[in-house]
Amino acid sequence: MAQINLLHAINSALDIAMAEDKSTVCFGEDVGHFGGVFRATSGLQEKYGKARCFNTPLVEQGIIGFANGLAAQGSVAIAEIQFADYIFPAFDQIVNEAAKFRYRSGNEFNVGKLTIRSPYGGGIAGGLYHSQSPEAYFAHTPGLKVVIPRNPYQAKGLLLASIRDDNPVIFFEPKRLYRASVGEVPEEDYQLPLGKAEVVQTGTDITLLAWGAQMEIIEKAAQMASNDGISCEVVDLRTILPWDIETISKSVMKTGRLLISQEAPLTAGFASEIAATIQSECFLHLESPIARVCGLDTPYPLALEKEYVSDHLKVYEAIIKSVNY
Amino acid sequence: MSTELYNDGPVVHQATFIDGTSVEIPELRILDQDGVIYPNADLPDIDQALATKIYQSLAFHRVLDERMVASQRQGRLSFYMTALGEEATSVGGAAGLKPQDMIMMQYREQGALIYRGFDLKDLMNQLFSNAGDLGKGRQMPIHYGSKELNCMTVSSPLATQIPQATGYAYGQKLQGADAVTICYFGEGAASEGDFHAGLNMAAVQEAPVIFFCRNNGYAISTPSDEQFKGNGIASRGVGYGIKTIRIDGNDILAVLKATQIARAYAVKENKPVLIEAMSYRLGAHSTSDDPSGYRTKEEEAKWQSHDPILRMKNWLIKQNWWDEAQETALFEKYREDVLAAVKVAEKIDKPHIDTMITDVYDVPSAQLQAQLDEVKAHVNKYPEAYPFTAGKF
Repeated sequence: MAQINLLHAINSALDIAMAEDKSTVCFGEDVGHFGGVFRATSGLQEKYGKARCFNTPLVEQGIIGFANGLAAQGSVAIAEIQFADYIFPAFDQIVNEAAKFRYRSGNEFNVGKLTIRSPYGGGIAGGLYHSQSPEAYFAHTPGLKVVIPRNPYQAKGLLLASIRDDNPVIFFEPKRLYRASVGEVPEEDYQLPLGKAEVVQTGTDITLLAWGAQMEIIEKAAQMASNDGISCEVVDLRTILPWDIETISKSVMKTGRLLISQEAPLTAGFASEIAATIQSECFLHLESPIARVCGLDTPYPLALEKEYVSDHLKVYEAIIKSVNY
Repeated sequence: MSTELYNDGPVVHQATFIDGTSVEIPELRILDQDGVIYPNADLPDIDQALATKIYQSLAFHRVLDERMVASQRQGRLSFYMTALGEEATSVGGAAGLKPQDMIMMQYREQGALIYRGFDLKDLMNQLFSNAGDLGKGRQMPIHYGSKELNCMTVSSPLATQIPQATGYAYGQKLQGADAVTICYFGEGAASEGDFHAGLNMAAVQEAPVIFFCRNNGYAISTPSDEQFKGNGIASRGVGYGIKTIRIDGNDILAVLKATQIARAYAVKENKPVLIEAMSYRLGAHSTSDDPSGYRTKEEEAKWQSHDPILRMKNWLIKQNWWDEAQETALFEKYREDVLAAVKVAEKIDKPHIDTMITDVYDVPSAQLQAQLDEVKAHVNKYPEAYPFTAGKF
C-alpha cells in the first residue's frame, strides 16, 4: 500500500468517482486546470475534460445553487468551496435549499447527489478568514450530513461514501493535515460508513472525543495521560450529522467520563450538543462533568493562534481535572 | 483560455461616461388589445389546437384564482396567490417548450403547471395540505411541484431557483438531451444575489437555460422604480453577455414566439437566453396583502384594459376559432369543476403523522424515529389537543 498524504487521498477518491460515473462533475473556484488552490482536483480536468471539471466564477452562492440544480437533474455534483470561511454566501442555498429539497417536495425531487467539499480549520496561520470550523452551523440543519476525516485513509473512504450517499453531504477537509498527514491508503475503491464513530484506542478511565485535525491532538494528550497511569478511550466522531450517539454513549457508560475537543468556539459548538445528549443518555454513569476543550468565543486570531486553539496541553489538563473531580 | 472578451470601443482622449440611455430596448408585441395582429408581425408556430389549449389553460387559471380567493375569504383555505393579469407569461412560456423541458417556477406561475396538465385534484390537494398532496402537506399553498410533469417544486426563498436552473440546464447539456430549463422569477427577485450568480454562471458555463422575468411592476408593495434604476431587467442580460429580448407579457403570441425562439437557440447553441416580459400584477401580492395601501385604482384600471386573456379571446374570435357560447360554457364548466374539487379536497385527512420524519433524509435516522415515537406517545396522552392525528396511527 502506498504512503500518501491527505490531499492525494482526496484526489484519488475524486478520480475514482469521476471514472465510475460519467455524470460526475467537479467544480469550484480555481478547480479546473490549476487543480484547486490546494491541488485537490489536480489532473482531473486533463483526464475527464473541461466539461466535467471546471473553474466557476467567484460566487459561492452560485456554485452551490448550480450544484443543487445539477444534482436535482441527476448528475453527481461535487462542489468545492475554496475555504470553509467563504461558505456563508452559500448558506441559503445549503440550509434552505439543499437540506430541504427532498422534504419540501415530498420526495418528488432531491439533491442526494450533491457533495460539498471545503477545507476547514486552523493551524496554517490563516487568521480570521482562513481558519474557521463552521460545522455547528450546518449540524443545526436537518437534511444535511456533515463529515470530517482525520487522516488520508479516512479521507478517501469517507469521501467516496459521501459522494455515493443519497443525501447532500458537506465534507470538511482539515487543511492543516493536507500535506502533514501521511498514511497508508489503498489505491483501489473502498468506502467507510457515514454516521458511525470509530473507537481509535480503547481505554477505561475517560472517553476523549474529537473529529478532524483535533484527533491527533487528543491522541497526543492520551499518550501524556497514559504516562500518569490514566487510560483514555479515544474516539473519532467522523460524522457530525447525523452523529453516532450509540457508540459515544456506550463508551461513556464504560469510562464514566467524557471530554470533547473542538477547534470552533465554545458557545453552541457541536461539543455542546454532544454534552447535552450524553448527560441525558448516561446521567447515572457520569463521574465528572462533561468537559469541553474549545476555541475561545472570539473570532479566530492570527498572532495568538497557539493560545486560542485547543491543543494537547489544554486537553491533558482537562483530562487531569476530570479524573480528579 | 482567454482574457480577451471585450468588444472595445475606440480609445478616446476626453473622459467619456456611458449611462445606458443610448441603448434602446425594443419590446415585442404581435397582438393588439383588440386581437388584431400587427402588420408584418412574425407569428409564432401556432394552430387552432394549440391556440385552444392555451386559451383553455388561461381560462382555467382565471377561474381557479377567482374560486380560490373566494375560498380563502370564506376561511376554507389558509392562503392563496393569484396571477391575475399576468397569466400569459406562465401559460405562454410553457406552451413554447417541450414536455421534457424543466420548468422552475417562482410562485406565480401555476399557469405553467396547468398547461402541462397538472391534475385539478393535485392542485387542490396541495392547496389544502392534505394527505393526497404530492408535497405531503409540508409547504404553504401554491408550492406545487411534479416530477412527472418536469415542474420543479416551488420554494419560498426568492431567486434560489435561478442558479439552480443553470445547474439543471448544464446537466441536460452534459447528457446531450434535447431539453432546456426555463426559470421564472419576478423583477423584485432579480435584486437578489442569486440572480447575478445564476445569470453569470449560465453565460460562463454555457447552459441552455431560459431566464424568464415577469416584470409585473411590484414586489409586494415596492414598485419597480424603488427596486432598480437601470433599464428594467433586460439591460442586465446584455451585461452578462446573454442574448436578451423584452416582450409584451400580456400578449400571448409575443410570449409564445419569444419562448419558441429562445428554446431553439438554447438547444442549438447551448447558451442561455433572458426574456423580460412586461406585465402588471393586477391582483394583490397574496391573500394576505391589500394593494389599496400602495397604488391607485386608476393605475389598476389602466392595466385592466390590457387583460391578456381578453386579448387572446378577441384574436380567437377573429380567427373564427372561438365564440361567446363556447366561452360561457367553458367558464361555467371550470367553475363547477373547481368548486367540486374544493369540496373533495377539504374533506381529505391531513398527512399521516409518520410523514413528519420521512424525506428529511433518504432513510429516517434512529434519532428521528425516536423523536417521532416520543411525539406519538404524547399525542396519545392528550388526544383532544391534536385532533388531526389522534387515533389515526
